[in-house]
Amino acid sequence: MVNDSHRSTLSKVEAGLARRHTKEWMFRSFGLMATAVGVVFLAVFFWTLIAQGASAFAQAYIELDIEFSADVLAPDGEIDLAYADFDAVVRNSLREQFPEVSGRRERRELYRLVSIAAGYMVRDALERNPELLGSTVPMLLPAAADVDMVVKGNIDRNLDEAQRPVSDAQLEWIDQLTADGRLATRFNTALFVNGDSREPELAGIRGALMGSFYMLLVTILMSFPIGTAAAIYLEEFAPRNRWADLVEVNINNLAAVPSIVFGLLGLAVFINWVALPRSSPLVGGLVLSLITLPVVIIASRAAIKAVPPSIREAALGLGASKMQVVSHHVLPLAMPGILTGTIIGMSRALGESAPLLMIGMVAFIVDVPAGFSDPTTALPVQVYLWADSPERAFAERTSAAIIVLLGFLLVMNLAAVIMRKRVERQW
Amino acid sequence: MSPLGMSELESIDERSLRTGSVAGGLAVEPAEASGSPREALPPGGRVSELSGETVGEVRAENAFMIAEGVNVYYGDNHAIKNVTLEVGRHQVLALIGPSGCGKSTFLRCLNRMNDSIESARVTGKITLDGQDIYSKKLDPVVLRARVGMVFQKPNPFPKSIYDNVAYGPRIHGLAADRAELDHIVMTSLDRAGLLKEVRDRLDEPCSALDPIATARIEDLIDELAENYAIVIVTHSMQQAARVSQRVAYFHLGTLVEVDETNRIFTNPQHKLTEDYITGRIG
Repeated sequence: MVNDSHRSTLSKVEAGLARRHTKEWMFRSFGLMATAVGVVFLAVFFWTLIAQGASAFAQAYIELDIEFSADVLAPDGEIDLAYADFDAVVRNSLREQFPEVSGRRERRELYRLVSIAAGYMVRDALERNPELLGSTVPMLLPAAADVDMVVKGNIDRNLDEAQRPVSDAQLEWIDQLTADGRLATRFNTALFVNGDSREPELAGIRGALMGSFYMLLVTILMSFPIGTAAAIYLEEFAPRNRWADLVEVNINNLAAVPSIVFGLLGLAVFINWVALPRSSPLVGGLVLSLITLPVVIIASRAAIKAVPPSIREAALGLGASKMQVVSHHVLPLAMPGILTGTIIGMSRALGESAPLLMIGMVAFIVDVPAGFSDPTTALPVQVYLWADSPERAFAERTSAAIIVLLGFLLVMNLAAVIMRKRVERQW
Repeated sequence: MSPLGMSELESIDERSLRTGSVAGGLAVEPAEASGSPREALPPGGRVSELSGETVGEVRAENAFMIAEGVNVYYGDNHAIKNVTLEVGRHQVLALIGPSGCGKSTFLRCLNRMNDSIESARVTGKITLDGQDIYSKKLDPVVLRARVGMVFQKPNPFPKSIYDNVAYGPRIHGLAADRAELDHIVMTSLDRAGLLKEVRDRLDEPCSALDPIATARIEDLIDELAENYAIVIVTHSMQQAARVSQRVAYFHLGTLVEVDETNRIFTNPQHKLTEDYITGRIG
């Protein structure tokens, strides 16, 4: 009798066993699939990004023998760097390179091989070294964006002439220059040292990079101390009453408010009311601080809450004041968590573009900002601006800007992880 | 004026029971109790109901810390009910009772550790050397510098052994310089019988330390009692018998009985006390 009931229990367990195994297998394979889908998406994302953006780190340069002719540059015997016709110097050397080209149209097409900024580069060279006047030196000048595209294979040569931005004659000159070894791609320093430009071959992300850097500096200086102080007060000092609940609900809601709303707030308060300079990293940083503050406060509160109460009691029992308990024990133990929250907030701030549109950081700004009040743009906004440009060459530069943005993020997170490891206690 | 030291040693004692450093079983009759002047039964028989009245003697000779009509509420939970109890100078008072009876709560009242619990409310009066410790004028920091507390579970700071010992003197500014602080740390460790073990590893984390033997702690309690009044919470009646001069028995938040140690263990006047010390409840 006892044996029988024992057996029936076991048989019931065994009957359910197969179903349990099936469920477990199903759940595991579902989890594996989910992970695989995520990995595939990530791989596709990085692959397209790198495939499109990698070529932007190189740029076609044309080597021309520039004759700093005194006849052209200083017809009156005296050279005026601001008014001297440096474009003519470049044009002369192009004509010298291709003496067979004649006719206004053909010549104009020839001149279009080099960047329109070539004249300025010749001027800068002369400014650096005035002794060049009268001599002939080989100079590397950036090729025009369309030439660059042809060299990189981004423009289909087999298309009908009318359908591509370069003419048959230009293609021939490009081939000739390449064969002479005068046209080749080199590392695109302009991308990193220049500000924005209408000409793709001159456009760089330096301005946006510095803008983002200044903005993040403002953001971290605002949101880290304010967020930590607010979290400490709410967790350790504030009385638990209806007001505390109200504040808590509001902080949680603020973390979920769409960021463009904060942009409008920044426009109304910081620019219209406080009259801070428009498009400046200062205003951008303040707006981003508003966005990151709730995130920092919530994460810091969680970190402070996770400090074991026994530590607080031990210190209180020895006669430590509340402030000593917080500064000697709670804060050091919560610091890794607070830093994690701050990193998450900063990463979000770095990637924000919508609120910056509202405070004028979407303007076309060529100059690299030198301080917190100079007009500038930010990396994600630069991506948006370039993605909006019709030139073929801006497409690859958009991807390059995204790569730089992700690199910035990676460096920032890495630094934060190292910092967190340093403050983390091992015992 | 001597500060009052208190210690909770429940966990250490349980360990010593397991390791056999204390005789097992219910040896609740200390040897010196054989010559007790009291009869086997109090006149009129034992009190058996839980009336809220404390039997025995709550007053102590040369009282140093006096709790008068203390009630503690955690929200709606009435954790301590009208407790009146005195602790004498240079006396060791042991609080015993089943889990959740309020002995630790009472202990926490003595240096206002309940202040940090938001829902806790303490009524009644506790005086230390004639001074009301719940007075608004008294800073708990000053009180806790006089009334030390050792917790049931070891709770070292995540710092080195040296920093743990030096923390108290440091926050109160007791040492003028590093040499003096070193001296305080060394003598403290020496008194606790730890110096030999930790002399060369003061920079190591405190959590690496092994718990020391109960016997050493009990010796230390004896030593400290020369200068301090000590209140100890223990689950071990043997330990209470060994270290204390008086014992208070708590039951469901009520102080049931207080008396001299040998009287409690040989001739309890309350039925509940007898049930507890003979192991019928616990």
